[in-house]
Amino acid sequence: MVVETGFSSPRTDAFPAGLRVLVVDDDPTWLKILEKMLKKCFYEVTTCCLAREALNLLRQRKDSYDIVISDVNMPDMDGFKLLEHVGLEMDLPVISQFSMANVVCSAFFYSSNSIEPLSHKLRLCNVAVMSVDGETRRVMKGVQHGACDYLLKPIRMKELRNIWQHVFRKKIHEVRDIESMEGIESIHMARSGSELFDDGSFLGGEDTTSGRKRKDADNKRDDKDLGDPSSTKKARVVWTVDLHQKFVKAVNQIGYDKVGPKKILDLMNVPWLTRENVASHLQKYRLYLSRLQKEGDVKNSFMGMKHSDTPPKDSTAGSGLRNSINLTQDNVSNGSFSFPVNHTLAPSVDLKGHEGDRKGITSGPMTELKGPFSIDISGPRKAKSSKISFDHSLGSVDSVVNFASFGPTDTAQYSWNEIPEIQFKQEYEPLQLENGFSQLPLPGLQHHMLPEYLQPAVSVSPGPSITEKEATSSGFEVKSMYDEYRSNHAKHSSQTEAVGESHSLNNQVFKSISTTTSSMKSQDTIPNHLTVSEFSPKNLYEGVGAEDLQLCWPQGDCYATNFGLQGLDCTEHNNPAIVSETPFHLYDHPFDPTEYYASDQGLFA
Amino acid sequence: MDLVQLQRQLVNYRTSLYHEGFLDEQFTQLQELQDENNPDFVVEVVSLFFEDSERLLNELSKALEQQIIDFKRMDARVHQLKGSSSSIGAQRVRQLCVIFRNYCEAQNVEGCLKCLQQVKHEYSIVKTKLESMFQLEQQILNAGGSIPV
Repeated sequence: MVVETGFSSPRTDAFPAGLRVLVVDDDPTWLKILEKMLKKCFYEVTTCCLAREALNLLRQRKDSYDIVISDVNMPDMDGFKLLEHVGLEMDLPVISQFSMANVVCSAFFYSSNSIEPLSHKLRLCNVAVMSVDGETRRVMKGVQHGACDYLLKPIRMKELRNIWQHVFRKKIHEVRDIESMEGIESIHMARSGSELFDDGSFLGGEDTTSGRKRKDADNKRDDKDLGDPSSTKKARVVWTVDLHQKFVKAVNQIGYDKVGPKKILDLMNVPWLTRENVASHLQKYRLYLSRLQKEGDVKNSFMGMKHSDTPPKDSTAGSGLRNSINLTQDNVSNGSFSFPVNHTLAPSVDLKGHEGDRKGITSGPMTELKGPFSIDISGPRKAKSSKISFDHSLGSVDSVVNFASFGPTDTAQYSWNEIPEIQFKQEYEPLQLENGFSQLPLPGLQHHMLPEYLQPAVSVSPGPSITEKEATSSGFEVKSMYDEYRSNHAKHSSQTEAVGESHSLNNQVFKSISTTTSSMKSQDTIPNHLTVSEFSPKNLYEGVGAEDLQLCWPQGDCYATNFGLQGLDCTEHNNPAIVSETPFHLYDHPFDPTEYYASDQGLFA
Repeated sequence: MDLVQLQRQLVNYRTSLYHEGFLDEQFTQLQELQDENNPDFVVEVVSLFFEDSERLLNELSKALEQQIIDFKRMDARVHQLKGSSSSIGAQRVRQLCVIFRNYCEAQNVEGCLKCLQQVKHEYSIVKTKLESMFQLEQQILNAGGSIPV
């Protein structure tokens, strides 16, 4: 198969043969074995026994590798750190290896009593992490840090044969992102020639660029060279974690109440950044913060609205509501928010409308996270708006997001959480929601509630893009399940909470958010359920227990709700198998959870 | 001994190693990886394992001789040993490493010492056995035969 974007090597025709893999493992025996195994797959293998050396190799020649397989337990550098760096700086898929252990269970699902050793990988993001010790916590950590997959040692040939999928998927998404971005861009341009479109960031440039090689924070530049000839006309600003951190720092210094784009720009001291860039980012940031606050108040049942992968068909379907909503905000926020966290998230978050994004799945948790935060995650159409929600949630929940995207969530988190107190107090209501929505438990997320938004979002991260039509139909069906979930919610929420807590990553960052989280927990359980259902529509249909579904999401939920919680042991995850399976199912399943909400809420566009 | 007998002996020997738990399925994987491009693959990997293990075992011995024992570091070493042993399928060694780690975590010096002894013991046994097996294989090859799978 030939993937146009991203593959710089001429060997694309033979893909996946010739896949350039960098293997990092301090154990010489394993290194040799992996090398041999990968060569048998006809991949081009480079081995490295030191993480630092690997990072150097990667930095020197960013385009030299398609995927990184890294052990987690290494003496010179924590494998997770390597993961972060790679994911953050290089937008490369990283696979984690975990040693065979009785425990490992759904790495990203918290539970340490796992059940069965993971023999299959979970398709998270493009980063696959290898971990030697199967402890759940480590696996989760791997996932959090953006591992797109994790492998248990001893690794089998068949597992390695499949790693190319991560690369391929990423490429596909990049293409889609670009396409959808452009589509969205043009639509929005038609609707409002607002200055928000000035910088490409509104397009969620970051998201799109997430598909592309990530630039070093220091090398920020307009991503013209996305490697995609069809990239948008506008130069996009990549709001990397570092850049965003600068932004947040500036905002804090100035004082949230007194900020203005000009002031922020001056403080940030980033020469290539324009006032417009900052303005749009600020808008998104505000939305994010306000959403955080709202979410704290209301349990967002719309979780899981995944930004659909579907191309923004109805971008113009915006109802009056939509219009009243700050479109720009949505759009802008989508783009910008998603990214700071997104280095890692972007890929998984699929803000861009990744279709059947596997990342989404892995990001199952991711979407979950979003769920509470971003109900509306509209899909493709509102990719932008949905993005916002995701992003926001993601931002706050770095841990959560990481799950899916496994990127340098830590950093992302911090950046977002820097002003948690302030945020929470903010009453930011940029959007007017329809009455229907107001009934929803999460008034703050009004913009999310728009049915239009809902639909796409529902596609659920992992899921295939869901057309509105499909969403609608699925929405109804889901409804009943939804009720079921509700009843289970209480039960599950505790689990999810546990999950969230177990993430140590979140600890630091989320402490400030803990208040929000707790309030969220008390929220209507609906969101959680929805997310769950969204997450694994297939499960729903197959009658998978709500529990299972919920668990699948936990990551998302947990994070969303439990940012600050740490150290919980998610031992309650019922069925890692299900979780791991859902993503795949989701891909096939055109279920659109958003629809659910719509039907549930009676909000039909 | 003629070729056929040698081959049979090898097969029996190998089977016994599995039955007695010295080796596990991972070793089979290694053998399957070996091909004409790498006819000595298994021997090379196992040699790497021997080197690495001996180094780790020495370090562990030294660590336990210290006045103040650094359990964390020891645990890291044991973990590494566990990883290597799992890479070639040295099951017993790997299993002992698990126990060893528990002792490290509990900071139980006695337990660690005992465990280290056991690990060393198991290691030397599996090393001897593997070396014998490789010798048999070499004999077969020298006799012009091929290694039965």
